[in-house]
Amino acid sequence: MSSPILKLIAQRVALGILLLLAISVLIFAGTQILPGDVAQAILGQSATPESLANLREQLGLNDPAYVRYFHWLGGVLTGDLGTAMSSGQDIATSIKGRLWNTLFLAFWAAVVAVPLAIILGLIAVRYRNGWVDKLISGLALASTSFPEFFIGYLLVYFFAVKWQIFPAISTVYDGMPFGERMQAIALPATALTLVVLAHMMRMTRAAILNVMQSAYVETAELKGLSAFAVIRKHAFPNAIAPIINVVMLNLAYLIVGVVVVEVIFVYPGMGQYLVDHVTKRDVPVVQAVGLIFAAVYISLNIIADIAAIVANPRLRHPK
Amino acid sequence: MADSKAKPGVLLDIRNLRIEATVYPPGEAPKNIVLVHDVSLTLEKGKVLGLIGESGAGKSTIGLSSMGYGRGGVRITGGEVILNGRDILKGGKEGFRKLRGREVCYVAQSAAAAFNPAHRLMDQVVEATLLHGTATRAEAEKRAVALFKKLSLPNPETIGERFPHQVSGGQLQRVMTAMALCSEPDLIVFDEPTTALDVTTQIDVLSAIKDAIRDTHVAALYITHDLAVVAQVSDEIMVLRHGRLVEWGGTRQIIKEPRQEYTNALVSVHEIEHQEQNPGATPFLSVKNVTAAYGGGHVKVLKNVSVDIYPGQTLAVVGESGSGKSTLARAITGLLPPEQGTVTFDGRPLANRLADRPKEDLRQLQMIYQMADVAMNPRQTVGTIIGRPLEFYFGMRGRERDKRVAELLDEIEMGKGFVDRYPAELSGGQKQRVCIARSLAAKPKLIICDEVTSALDPLVANGILKLLLNLQQHEKVAYLFITHDLATVKSIADSIAVMYRGEVVRYGSKSKVLTPPFDAYTDLLLSSVPEMEIGWLEKAIKGRRMASAGN
Repeated sequence: MSSPILKLIAQRVALGILLLLAISVLIFAGTQILPGDVAQAILGQSATPESLANLREQLGLNDPAYVRYFHWLGGVLTGDLGTAMSSGQDIATSIKGRLWNTLFLAFWAAVVAVPLAIILGLIAVRYRNGWVDKLISGLALASTSFPEFFIGYLLVYFFAVKWQIFPAISTVYDGMPFGERMQAIALPATALTLVVLAHMMRMTRAAILNVMQSAYVETAELKGLSAFAVIRKHAFPNAIAPIINVVMLNLAYLIVGVVVVEVIFVYPGMGQYLVDHVTKRDVPVVQAVGLIFAAVYISLNIIADIAAIVANPRLRHPK
Repeated sequence: MADSKAKPGVLLDIRNLRIEATVYPPGEAPKNIVLVHDVSLTLEKGKVLGLIGESGAGKSTIGLSSMGYGRGGVRITGGEVILNGRDILKGGKEGFRKLRGREVCYVAQSAAAAFNPAHRLMDQVVEATLLHGTATRAEAEKRAVALFKKLSLPNPETIGERFPHQVSGGQLQRVMTAMALCSEPDLIVFDEPTTALDVTTQIDVLSAIKDAIRDTHVAALYITHDLAVVAQVSDEIMVLRHGRLVEWGGTRQIIKEPRQEYTNALVSVHEIEHQEQNPGATPFLSVKNVTAAYGGGHVKVLKNVSVDIYPGQTLAVVGESGSGKSTLARAITGLLPPEQGTVTFDGRPLANRLADRPKEDLRQLQMIYQMADVAMNPRQTVGTIIGRPLEFYFGMRGRERDKRVAELLDEIEMGKGFVDRYPAELSGGQKQRVCIARSLAAKPKLIICDEVTSALDPLVANGILKLLLNLQQHEKVAYLFITHDLATVKSIADSIAVMYRGEVVRYGSKSKVLTPPFDAYTDLLLSSVPEMEIGWLEKAIKGRRMASAGN
């Protein structure tokens, strides 16, 4: 591994951190612009001006915004995300379990969706413009075009109600055996897979088709390689960068975009937590969840960038 | 395997080959066009047949048919391709795959594009050998290293560990030849293997290919548009035009006693008589001690360059790629502001930066590029393209503008009927003519021509050169003619500047520059231009004083 590559990676990481800081400012500012404040929210509409003033003093709400921002940021950096107003619980503790659940669901959805999408993409290229390609593209597009709640309810109707293979409600709890846990998430994971499959598969297909025009693909064909070997060995390695990018975007979606699916299956993940607390106007929770989602998004994109850099032989092996 | 049709000693026997393709013209029904009309050829074992012709002559298509391959939907619809005694067209897909990379191998025009950037050279060189199971990996690699040595590649033991981008173009072309030879095929199809190279590199690659063919006794189809090149390596030459056979004979007969008029035109191309003009009293454009660099001054590409251009005359700038020819043009036009030195025009200095120059200065310097098709907006008609400078510089409108456009079309020998055509509807030569008309429309004092004929077929290029010379006489325009092709220089230049690694190494009137004694680089450049003579290659290699930069 040579120095230009390390430099590029370091740049990406530094940029990511900077971006995350900027987003933390935005999140903080956004919640400040909303009318009313935490004291008002806690005490409700019937609060007297005196009690409001007291509570504001107590919570430090009279400090200038930047002081409160740095106070909040300092807390975040030391793992203290604050206290939820609605329940009075420590946010970090409540999020931990839910984040773990969301990651667990996203992980298993990704384990199925990513290889499946890439393999389907490769097959679609191999039989491009034939009926196999059209069938794959058609099914994938159809599954993406249906709203996720529709897919979710379809799955529930068939697999939970009619055939009773999987539970309709994905209840998970601490210390649940792995097998049962997997059974519980089977339906939401399937719904998520169907939602993200088409995007990745279409991108894989397009990226590889783009490379298939290259002279080196012709060279490989003229060596007598089979069509599939040409795609796998010569086209795929050169199409990897755009594919990784779209895979990472979809992984990010699996983590931050699962709100609807979690609600349908009553799955105790981050999405549900966020929705619950948005309705309660619980600002500290919204801030914390927003920041975590941003961090997930940015880190996955950094990974995509770094993977694309590492996949480029010109950067890996300079002249 | 041999059937009754096989003739002894014959490796490849193509009979009445017909190749078709379906084209989809916009707004019209798809139609079938015939690319190759019933062409027949035979090639004996260990012999080299040159296929020559302009683009669209069907030479690559015929070459690839020996591997059963049709580029981009091209179909072989008739005839037989008998290789080693059997008709390969009857073997189906499996049959093609078995012979590709085993019996027949292919060397492409641009090795830089034909190697996969993601894999090491050695893996690609031995791939076909391993695929067809003719040798173990160790044996194949040993064979590859021996071939690298034979093709005089530097560090033959370790060059295979490199990636394509780590090796120069000339070296890659030789690695590709090694790749083709590695599986010990009976036939290699060379498809313009030296066309993309500098003339000084071409000669090395050509001689390496020739030696390798001789020592391995492989037969070859050598496809090129350059008759002088093919004359060096071929036993026989076949001239093709529009997918039909024009003439087929021994190399000596084709270049010395061509029987067909078209062959004769190919042989005598480039013979333009141009009387050198003496430099006038004062140059109108002077480049004085110009130094220019890319990357914030890190990569110096022009070092202390000084040249003068006289009214109505042509200064040719020659050199290989990377010598700074095009950078000089960029410095003069202000696209790359020089770090030091000045460009004076009509006795006053020109602003360094393009953005600081008044419209009048912009009008006086026009450019024509190598790739005419990308230098025009594909969604504008010829009339709009040529009319634009008339509107921009002279404020012409309506009928006045249309009249001038028609005059300009007349000057470039294209009729009025072209006004409403789009660039995509023009041939390569016509596109370049439109670009010439567009630059003339501004009535400039100087037109910078950057490799304007390099992408064109020889006969078409010849027409463009003649047009440029005629226009110079009528319009008194001066040219700065950038090229790597010395034959072009001889036809058009009044004075010549030879560039090498950012410096002008030789400069003066045409007769002075082209008269000995030469400096080492000019000698290399001049002696590397292929001549239409059998045995020229060996003579040229022997007489060289310095190695080319491509090595």
